Amino acid sequence: MATQIKAGESYGFFTDTSVCIGCKACEVACKEWNQLQGNEATFLADSFDNTGQLDAQNWRHVKFVEHVPDQSATAGNGTAWLMMSDVCKHCNQASCMEVCPTGAIIRTEFNTVFIQQDVCNGCRNCISACPYGVIGMNPQTGTAHKCTLCYDRLQGGLEPACAKACPTQSIQFGPLSELQQAADVRLATLHSQGVTQAQLYGRDETVYGGLNAFFLLMDTPETYGLPSAPNAKLPSRNNLGGYAGAVLTAALAVVGGLIAFRRRVTG
Amino acid sequence: MIYLAAEHFVRAPEWLWYILFYFFFAGIAGGSYVIGTLLRLSGDARDEAAARVAFLIAGPATLLCPLLLTADLGVSWIRFWHMLVNVTPGDTSLNFKYWSPMSVGVWALLVFGFFAFISFVDAWISQRRGAPFVPLLLNRAFNVVGAVLGLFIASYTGVLLSVSNQPVWSDTWALGGLFLASGLSGAAALVAWLIRNRPEASFSLGRVHQADGYFSTLELALVIAFFITIGAAGTLAREVPWLPLWAIAIVGLAASLVEARGHMRAMTSGSSGSVAGIRVDTLVVSVLVLLGVLALRAAVIFSAQ
Repeated sequence: MATQIKAGESYGFFTDTSVCIGCKACEVACKEWNQLQGNEATFLADSFDNTGQLDAQNWRHVKFVEHVPDQSATAGNGTAWLMMSDVCKHCNQASCMEVCPTGAIIRTEFNTVFIQQDVCNGCRNCISACPYGVIGMNPQTGTAHKCTLCYDRLQGGLEPACAKACPTQSIQFGPLSELQQAADVRLATLHSQGVTQAQLYGRDETVYGGLNAFFLLMDTPETYGLPSAPNAKLPSRNNLGGYAGAVLTAALAVVGGLIAFRRRVTG
Repeated sequence: MIYLAAEHFVRAPEWLWYILFYFFFAGIAGGSYVIGTLLRLSGDARDEAAARVAFLIAGPATLLCPLLLTADLGVSWIRFWHMLVNVTPGDTSLNFKYWSPMSVGVWALLVFGFFAFISFVDAWISQRRGAPFVPLLLNRAFNVVGAVLGLFIASYTGVLLSVSNQPVWSDTWALGGLFLASGLSGAAALVAWLIRNRPEASFSLGRVHQADGYFSTLELALVIAFFITIGAAGTLAREVPWLPLWAIAIVGLAASLVEARGHMRAMTSGSSGSVAGIRVDTLVVSVLVLLGVLALRAAVIFSAQ
């Protein structure tokens, strides 16, 4: 999708998993552009996946979900092997940004979520908060790393490396409003073809206020390792309960202490 | 608060040994300061020696906290101050996010460190001189403010864990209160341990054990609340591998409750056990309670990761 990139506009990814072929070109392009050395090669014995997860060295990860039915699928409607190129969702209400105590995690002029490497001090609070398991620690730099949505490329007017490399247009980059329209059209097409299980994830505000990197899925979000909308909650939801429990305990403990220490012992 | 059956697809932050010991010493520091203040507020001059011991514990324990937190940052340790100052180019300012317990906690630790240090110096000089260094009335007001901060320091670490999306941690509201009750109990045990051989503080020994009994009762209630809430969220099974640690925590709790009951009975009947006997009890109970405080935090921290 050729597009002119302007500061002040929201950009993102629309990842259409129905056309992902699991080639991992996105992973390779991401590593090459961002000079990620990758983790030590391992054999995970998990489908065609030896990347394993998103982390400091893997900012794109093609998930393989083996989903073989008991009966053969009809031609063209196979969902036995689901593939999804996963990435940071660049949430509108970002859990990582919410808890970051240093201000290292910012929203860029392209409305993406970015970790400033010279500000981050490696406290890892963002890792405990990210509901998608996106962020990883780089032991060499001692800082948290994740997809930048190719911030440097956007500043230069270039689309992100993964979208550029994707041979099936499973990963589409562009202004968010255009991507949302494209997703709506694609979903309607699939539904009209009888692929009723197709659904959009993060297209609307029900998941973290909307995701800048949203998906067309061929099964439930949980199948792909994504929290469903009712479970997509910000960490701050627990402030009230946590502090209320602590205040109540503090009050009772002080009363207990005063009772113990007020009691007089003679003799 | 109603929780949905939790789904967690997160990565572990790998908060391990430094954080475990930070949580432990934060509980001891905050708890000791609170106990010292409550002893001082009792108005009985015979409690002053034990109160000083409590403040002498709070000072060094507080000093260890930022050292452990800084060590946990690894190679970025020199950027520890980024917690306080946002160094974003063009947006340099103080960092304070009231909705992020880590941000609030760093400031609270800084301010509490001031109170703990002053009270430590006061207790140390008073102990050497045999008379208060700071006028008592002023000191009490100072201690009350410090104790409020101490309550926060001992509890916010639990809230910090809950304000995440991690399994177990984010599935319960009980951790803030649990860490506070446990920290107070551990601090009481440590105070009892250190005053057991001090004749001038012997008056306070049974009272400290009694207070520990109340703290442990609270802790027991919160342990039950913790298990109920994570059970409702469907993450109870994560605690199974850590049952040995929970067993240590429960032994510490039980020891504290039994000891408190013994002292309360002795005080009610006006009798006291042999001095040697009480000292042995106090030593054993204190060690068990402190091990329990550490084990409880370890079980909570490790079970999510």
